[in-house]
Amino acid sequence: MSTPLLTTHGLAVEIGGKQVCDGLNFNIHAGQRWALLGINGVGKTTLLHSLAGLRKPAAGEVLLNGRPIKTQPRRQVAQQLGLLLQEEGDAFPGTVLETALSGRHPHLGRWQWESAADITLAEQALVQVGLAGLEPRQISTLSGGERRRLSLATLLCQQPQLFLLDEPTNHLDPHQQVTLLKLLAAQTHKGTRGLLMILHDVNLASRFCDQALLLFGDGETLHGSAESVLTAENLERLYGHPVITLAGPDGPVYLPR
Amino acid sequence: MTPRTTLGLLLLLAPASLLLALLSGSIDISPWALLTHSAEPLAQTVVFELRLPRALAAFAVGGMLALAGALMQVLLRNPLADPYILGISGGAAVAALLSLLAGLSGLMLAGNAFIGALASMLLVFGLAHGRGAWTATRLILTGVIVAAGWGALIGLILALSPERGLHGMLFWLMGDLSHTPPPLWGLLACGLGLLLSLPLARDLNVLARGELAASALGVTVPRLRLLLYFIASLLTAGAVTIAGSIGFVGLVIPHLLRLLGLRDHRHLLPGCVLAGGSLLMLADTLARTVVAPQQLPVGVITALLGVPLFLYLLNRRGTRL
Repeated sequence: MSTPLLTTHGLAVEIGGKQVCDGLNFNIHAGQRWALLGINGVGKTTLLHSLAGLRKPAAGEVLLNGRPIKTQPRRQVAQQLGLLLQEEGDAFPGTVLETALSGRHPHLGRWQWESAADITLAEQALVQVGLAGLEPRQISTLSGGERRRLSLATLLCQQPQLFLLDEPTNHLDPHQQVTLLKLLAAQTHKGTRGLLMILHDVNLASRFCDQALLLFGDGETLHGSAESVLTAENLERLYGHPVITLAGPDGPVYLPR
Repeated sequence: MTPRTTLGLLLLLAPASLLLALLSGSIDISPWALLTHSAEPLAQTVVFELRLPRALAAFAVGGMLALAGALMQVLLRNPLADPYILGISGGAAVAALLSLLAGLSGLMLAGNAFIGALASMLLVFGLAHGRGAWTATRLILTGVIVAAGWGALIGLILALSPERGLHGMLFWLMGDLSHTPPPLWGLLACGLGLLLSLPLARDLNVLARGELAASALGVTVPRLRLLLYFIASLLTAGAVTIAGSIGFVGLVIPHLLRLLGLRDHRHLLPGCVLAGGSLLMLADTLARTVVAPQQLPVGVITALLGVPLFLYLLNRRGTRL
């Protein structure tokens, strides 16, 4: 099998004296779609940032395309790995197109300007997320859902091999949730890209992801194929809440009781 | 108006302001006589030995302040930041006032002000850096507190100074260009500041969206922050050394240009140098001519001009900051 996009060796992550994961070993291969699930405050975002090399792990290491992420320059990391953050306010004005174009940043040399091809790429990304026609709009005038889709467009414009996404469906209506998850899933279909996303909707996770990583707290984790990991039993333990399983058209549907 | 057109107009504004500065004053000289060197010797001397150095110094100071302001605003991720927010001008002011109190002037005064600015810069840097993380909030709080400390010392010095020295001190505190050193150093420093910050311009675009976002897009944020801090601080120290703490230019010029569409730092940074320099040349020309033969501190003029201009642009229809 080819080198995984991302590998963790004995990864231990802590935040505020709390163990997020301990001795975590897993691989994200090209073509795979991972769901990262856990209750609020269990450390999903912290783990995601550690995987992206933005946070030093307490122990172990993260390899990006087979090489330790911490020894690679940030620019080189950003050419391979794209991160969708939760939210960040914007203190300075900027247009939708300018923001989407910032995804090209890691691919441009210090004195290089965005080319016509880069602009086309940004415009296509905006079309893909359904923001076509909003190019000259100020970002401060966008709704929460539009901003979320703009962040995704920026990420698509970045064209990384590995997508790490922090709640990509946040602020989106059900139609947009499904549209954008389909769009993201399509990125992995050619088998050269992979993704891992934090989700709160188990049913979206089981529909769009083939792998799952569960954070139980206290450093305990469970990972594997989505079918084997996303069971009523595991979910009850994960969320500390009873779960009802219903038969849906594409497999089981889980509801909190 | 495209950003390039705006920059082109600013490129014209600078020589136009310079010409105006050279022609204005108590001794009249025609533009034609100026260009052909055919004016009377006295007029020649006044223009080339008094007005020209002063106008060039004003350009350098204005350029440095506006550039430092733009860098500081991104560094602190705060649109309200100005070059003086981190206490650099306070440190320079305390050193300058003590020098004035001791009867020093000219280069000694300027040198001490520069040392004061550097001391304040290192003090804030050391305190904010500490052992832990170097966040924008921590830096801004440290800077504001240190600035408040300098403010108290300035008040103390003013209160204890003999009355005849107060006028000079007040002018220094409000910013004044009537006793500037030769402009060459200022112009060099301004040019160097622009040369050093231009390669960082696209990184600044990304950093303006947040530190995490910038890291995720491949910017080495800690190194960039360090560079920004030192470039902006040294520019401010240079400007304060030459002309005292001229307010408003560093805060308003970057915003003014953003409102005019120069949002990309690759346009904004050179735009700041041109616009800041031109505005200060014009303001200084007014400062020495409106109530001639008396001179006003140029800082008063920059604020009087800048406030209404900025409010107008801010409230213009369709403008969004």
